[in-house]
Amino acid sequence: MLGKLTLSSIPYDVPILVGTFIGVAVIGIAVLAAITYFRKWGYLWREWLTTVDHKKLGVMYIVLAIVMLLRGFADAFMMRTQLALSYAGNPGYLPPHHYDQVFSAHGTIMIFFMAMAFMTGLFNFVIPLQIGARDVAFPFLNSVSFYMTLVGAVLINVSLFIGEFSNVGWLGYPPISELQFNPGVGVDYYIWAVQISGVGTLLTGVNFFTTIVKMRAPGMKWMQMPVFTWTSFYAIVMILLTFPVLTVTIALLSLDRYLGMHFFTNDGGGSVMLYLNLIWSWGHPEVYILILPAFGVFSEIAATFSGKPLFGYKTMVYASGVITLLGCLVWVHHFFTMGAGADVNTFFGIMTMFIAVPTGVKIFNWLFTMYKGRVRFEGPMNWIVGFMITFSIGGMTGVMMAMPAADWVLHNSLFLVAHFHNVIIGGVFFGYIAGMNYWFPKVFGYKLRDSWGKWAFRCWFVGFYLSFIPLYIVGLEGMTRRLNHYDNPNWHPWLLVACVGVFVLAVGVACQVGQLICAIIDAVHQKRDALDATGDNWGSGRTLEWSIPSPVPHYNFARLPTVRGLDTFHIEKELGRPTPVESLKPIHMPKYSVLGPVIGVFTFLFGFAMVWHIWWMAIIGLLGVFAAMVIRSADLDIDFYVPVEEVRADEEAFAKRISAAQAAE
Amino acid sequence: MSHDTTHAPEAQHGEHEHHETPVVFGFWVYLMTDCILFGTLFVVFAVMCHQFAGGPTGKELFDITNVEIETAILLFSSITYGFASIAAHARKKSAVLAWLLVTFVLGVSFVGLEIHEFADLVERGAGPDRSAFLSSFFTLVGTHGLHVTIGLIWMFILFFQILGRQGLSDRMQSKLTCLSLFWHFLDIVWICVFTFVYLGSVM
Ligand code: HEM
Ligand SMILES: [Cu+2]
Repeated sequence: MLGKLTLSSIPYDVPILVGTFIGVAVIGIAVLAAITYFRKWGYLWREWLTTVDHKKLGVMYIVLAIVMLLRGFADAFMMRTQLALSYAGNPGYLPPHHYDQVFSAHGTIMIFFMAMAFMTGLFNFVIPLQIGARDVAFPFLNSVSFYMTLVGAVLINVSLFIGEFSNVGWLGYPPISELQFNPGVGVDYYIWAVQISGVGTLLTGVNFFTTIVKMRAPGMKWMQMPVFTWTSFYAIVMILLTFPVLTVTIALLSLDRYLGMHFFTNDGGGSVMLYLNLIWSWGHPEVYILILPAFGVFSEIAATFSGKPLFGYKTMVYASGVITLLGCLVWVHHFFTMGAGADVNTFFGIMTMFIAVPTGVKIFNWLFTMYKGRVRFEGPMNWIVGFMITFSIGGMTGVMMAMPAADWVLHNSLFLVAHFHNVIIGGVFFGYIAGMNYWFPKVFGYKLRDSWGKWAFRCWFVGFYLSFIPLYIVGLEGMTRRLNHYDNPNWHPWLLVACVGVFVLAVGVACQVGQLICAIIDAVHQKRDALDATGDNWGSGRTLEWSIPSPVPHYNFARLPTVRGLDTFHIEKELGRPTPVESLKPIHMPKYSVLGPVIGVFTFLFGFAMVWHIWWMAIIGLLGVFAAMVIRSADLDIDFYVPVEEVRADEEAFAKRISAAQAAE
Repeated sequence: MSHDTTHAPEAQHGEHEHHETPVVFGFWVYLMTDCILFGTLFVVFAVMCHQFAGGPTGKELFDITNVEIETAILLFSSITYGFASIAAHARKKSAVLAWLLVTFVLGVSFVGLEIHEFADLVERGAGPDRSAFLSSFFTLVGTHGLHVTIGLIWMFILFFQILGRQGLSDRMQSKLTCLSLFWHFLDIVWICVFTFVYLGSVM
């Protein structure tokens, strides 16, 4: 009846998990009780959970990303403290089987549910506004994508308390992920969490590709698109090119595990190296998918806070294109030891080194943007300075490992772990946090508090170096990754330093939580002075999103903007806004739909049932998704018109606020 | 929020802003990702096509006559779908329904023949768990078959929607165009399957 699921699958005998469960349960009940107490269920359901508004979906993605950051960070904290303790005679507090799940969960969560969710959240909120559109091409599909990402995240977190998680790392290498060596449900949780959220990402890719190609405001040529939209566009192209490969790879692994096939098994003619090639021909582009939008964020911020146009807009666009292309041609550098021979390795090594060229170009672009600018060190600007230093170091250690001969030694060591955290924290993470600080006032109308942000940045910056420079050193001394215990006395002091680092990072995370709590307090107290009247919250915005009120009305643009060049809003501020000639028209908008969350629930049933081999439930899940799609396809009542009176009222109020602000100056 | 204030009457649909419906374009983009999905499966097959693990080879297993019939049926169904499209453009509802029906029957026969072939292979001890070659064969051909099946279910639903309230509305026209792209795309994939998988194995 319940497949492999029995009472003994619940790890009530593991104190850490029971403690975590109680903690999560207490927080969960508190949140639910608060929602009930403040009678917010209806509001939550009507305004958020059923929404198809790209702005709200964007916010929900970022909330998800932040919750997952806390989870992923908790895992990192456990690993660092374990390794500070587990030297020589001391086994530490995490037994190997548990430790293996911790690093696997950390990697999977951080990449798929923290970074990808954060990135998709930024896409959702920013891209339609930057290109002057009223929504994405397929708003309902957008909601479905969100729920698929959410289902993946929920599945991974359910694995904490029901069953176990994968213990074979964030990429699930066979043969150890095969049934023969891993008969438990851990790998199956990994498979379905990644598969479902991966399909969600693919749909997001289709949606935003169509949005950018088809829905730019009248007059916006390709070379007039804001840089964030450009770099995101490249990331989206890479999503379209490579996520199908991920889908296939994970599907083949599931066929091995569920139907006894022989793609990656040791026997029956299977090939492990096929898996490595497939997963990395997605995996390497994936890291560029993550970093390119971050580059875009930095470009927007550098221009806004230097009071100058971005230096070398065109080189930025072309360099991103070159990175996209090269990013798809380097995957073999993840397994130079495969034995493909010197010429193949040389090709992939050189290609990898080439990527440093366009990336270096970008670093100079940002530097020259700031050069002789009137630079203001507000919140978002801190992260970009930290980024340029940190990312350059990470890039250089990357070029070191691009040499096959050196990589032969450094492969699989903590040197590698230090390298990729160097670029992923210093690049991706700093970038997304900067983006959140930058666009937050656009979303809510007031800024995040700067003091908390500054302390968060300081701790992340210092904590990062404390945690990861030691890993470069122990890596060079031969410490391999994924160890949960060691005897080498040379490593011990460095791992203690790294542990101090993780405490500093913890303070940084706490500051970020504090910053968000303060934001909620500010919202409740309606700090009017922090509210911005003009929509141009930083005072020097250049792109279209700053030309409309903050928070943005649900239809985004009362009149679709006419684009007159790069940085339209900046041009309008210089030359004066054209007085609108056309009268307002009713605005055509999509209706909210309950089918998004419904599809989410059934997808979750399906995923959970597949993990536990509960076939009847899997069928119910599939049928439910199918039924929801048929209902949607038959529904004729999916859109409505925003009446002119509403738009006019909004527009007049906005104009009044602007002239009041100008009079006050 | 006032997302339920006024409902858009059909008549107003004509004057959408500059974005005419991007549905067909979006579907194209999706099809390109599907193309990569099949491409990956072909690569996997190319890697695995000699990994027989002591089991039967394609030459011993495949019945080319059967596959030729399948091919003929699928290609023919593309033509009949083409007639359905022409009829849709001419807004001839009953002709659309009739051609969809013919296409549907052809599609079902294709899937039936494929299931029959698979069952036969499994019976002869050449199931997907026999060797890496057979795993990749079943997965590639099966994925195509699954796509065809989904296309048939889709066609089935559209059939009744055309009969019902939606008729041949603009929205229905673009749905029919998407399905048409899907159906012809599956034909192209099948031609690659026929050439590289079946002919490649027996030649
Ligand atoms: C918050 C600070 C972070 C700390 C202290 C941290 C720490 C760690 C540690 C200790 C490991 C295991 C190293 C080993 O193999 O022994 C690890 C692995 C990993 N981390 Fe992080 N990490 C952090 C942030 C991130 C972020 C932001 C990402 C991605 C967005 C990330 C992605 C990964 C991945 C993919 C792995 C590999 C997991 C595996 O071995 O399969 N980490 N991290
Ligand atoms: Cu790589």
